[in-house]
Amino acid sequence: MTELWIISGYLLLLLGLGLFASRFFSGSKSDYQVASHSIGPFLLLMSLFGTTMTAFALVGSSGEAFKEGVGVYGMLASSSGIIHSLCFFLIGVKVWALARRHGYTTQIQFFRDRLASDKIGLALFPILVGLVIPYLLIGVMASGTVIQGMTAGAFEGFEPFRTGSPGTSFGVPKWIGSLVVCLVVLTYVFFGGMRGTAWANALQTTVFMVLGVVTFVVIANELGDRVYQDRLAKEAIAAAEGERTFFDNLALLGGELPEARATRSEMSFTKFVTYMLIPFSVGMFPHLFQHWMTAKSAGSFKLPVVAHPVFIMIVWVPCVLVGVWATLWPTLDTLSLPPLPKLPDSEVVNANAVLTFIVKKLTSPVLGGFLAAGILAAIMSSLDSQFLSIGTMFSTDIVNHYRREPLSDRGQVLATRAFVIGVVALVYFLSLGNYTSVFALAVWCFSGFSSLFPLVFAAVYWRGLSKAGAYASVLAAAGTWAYLFAQSGYGKNRTYALELAIAGETYEVMPVAAMFLASTLALFLVSLITPKPSEATLAKFFAERD
Amino acid sequence: MQKLVWALVVLLVIVHQDFWFWDVGTAEDGWLVFGFMPVGLFFHACISVAASVTWFLATKHCWPAELESAPPQKEAAP
Repeated sequence: MTELWIISGYLLLLLGLGLFASRFFSGSKSDYQVASHSIGPFLLLMSLFGTTMTAFALVGSSGEAFKEGVGVYGMLASSSGIIHSLCFFLIGVKVWALARRHGYTTQIQFFRDRLASDKIGLALFPILVGLVIPYLLIGVMASGTVIQGMTAGAFEGFEPFRTGSPGTSFGVPKWIGSLVVCLVVLTYVFFGGMRGTAWANALQTTVFMVLGVVTFVVIANELGDRVYQDRLAKEAIAAAEGERTFFDNLALLGGELPEARATRSEMSFTKFVTYMLIPFSVGMFPHLFQHWMTAKSAGSFKLPVVAHPVFIMIVWVPCVLVGVWATLWPTLDTLSLPPLPKLPDSEVVNANAVLTFIVKKLTSPVLGGFLAAGILAAIMSSLDSQFLSIGTMFSTDIVNHYRREPLSDRGQVLATRAFVIGVVALVYFLSLGNYTSVFALAVWCFSGFSSLFPLVFAAVYWRGLSKAGAYASVLAAAGTWAYLFAQSGYGKNRTYALELAIAGETYEVMPVAAMFLASTLALFLVSLITPKPSEATLAKFFAERD
Repeated sequence: MQKLVWALVVLLVIVHQDFWFWDVGTAEDGWLVFGFMPVGLFFHACISVAASVTWFLATKHCWPAELESAPPQKEAAP
């Protein structure tokens, strides 16, 4: 029950923050959608970082490390540190300046203007929304799962909350947990708009970073003690002289790691290399675009550009280490510990449940409650921006764009809020479906956004990008994405990779490499042979050439 | 200096593909840094720190100063 009180308290705190932020709301569309471009370096750093770190940062990182070993840090984290900041630097700052000059609040406004094409909006809109919706769905479903797992047993004896698994039985059911999280996020986005979202993200980012480190220290000590007791009982080590320290525990855990988890011996090198294309997705995330628009000045980007890689390290290194240490759990057979949680109807360990399971078994309910709040913070700090960005795109790029008479400021705020409610409701009802394979969609969503990166890069830096080249790039990205997604069994084959045969050797390549290549080639080749943009259009976006 | 900064970014991308630490990182092979951290993880944590340093240099020497004075916003056409 302690966990439930802590989670409830945290959600109430967020509600309060959203309502407080609404007191600063001026009523204008610009204030609601982009906080009147008032966000300084620190809030921009926290909101960009919080938005890019999802539930995957805490739960997925430890789960993937449990399955794949320490190599996941290089595959997902250090690569993101390089590429995300590159995107903020090369795309974010430039697009911010163009949007300030021409008054854009959405990506589609920028592309319509840059390509002098109204229809590009209709081509991009369903793709962008279609790629964000599964991403939202993952967050909403994960929030219900986390709350249920961490509150298991809180309602002991209450039959409606009984499930088939002791790890979830008598906890808050998923549908209630997801509903509460949706309502909390909806409330602070509805009332606080982008300002409420930025403030909430700053709080949530602080919460999940601090709790990640605290959890790491506690788990290192608790799990280290268990390993020590087990190895002592097996006479594999000598008894320590004096009290054992935190560093003794680190050394014991590190020294016991199996080769398959301490190295990348079971990982494909070419998959690792091509995985580096996936972080380019941040260049095309609509919710990140909207956060960029909130910056007070171009200088506000400096802190996020510099600090983002180290922030990733602070969150990911502890989680990856906990994930690989968890592989020692089944070896502690002298301590009669409960087994790691399994996937339904299977003997395979549910890797994504490993972190919460170990925290629940080895630490106090208070830390368990705070960790659950931290995981929810990571989830909600992405959900809020995604809900707001889709609401903004609907109201700006569809409703207002196609009205004969543009909506007033108040009308646009109302339309955005109405669409935010609609999107939250849609995603919540979709989340009630019982399809676990949606979690496999994350990498496909990211790959889709990455394959659109060449478009935004060329739009910002290449005068030669033509309207037809842009359409060709979007079609090539969408076409290769759809084809490869179908080839993977619509995401069911989670390890799907392309196989390249070169000189008798077969190399595995991430599907994103093919999408990225197709989209780049289509953009470049078609732009070369089709009419260039007018001088008037180019003058809006590029400085005059000497 | 600008060329050096962009060369550092390229270098980061190259050293990120650290095949030389691919199969080591256990107590047995002696590649545990500080006695507990597999070298593959430690090396990539160092890449994260190096990335921050590189991006700091980029903000000092490659920053598009002309964008600081972006003219005030006007409303986009609906």
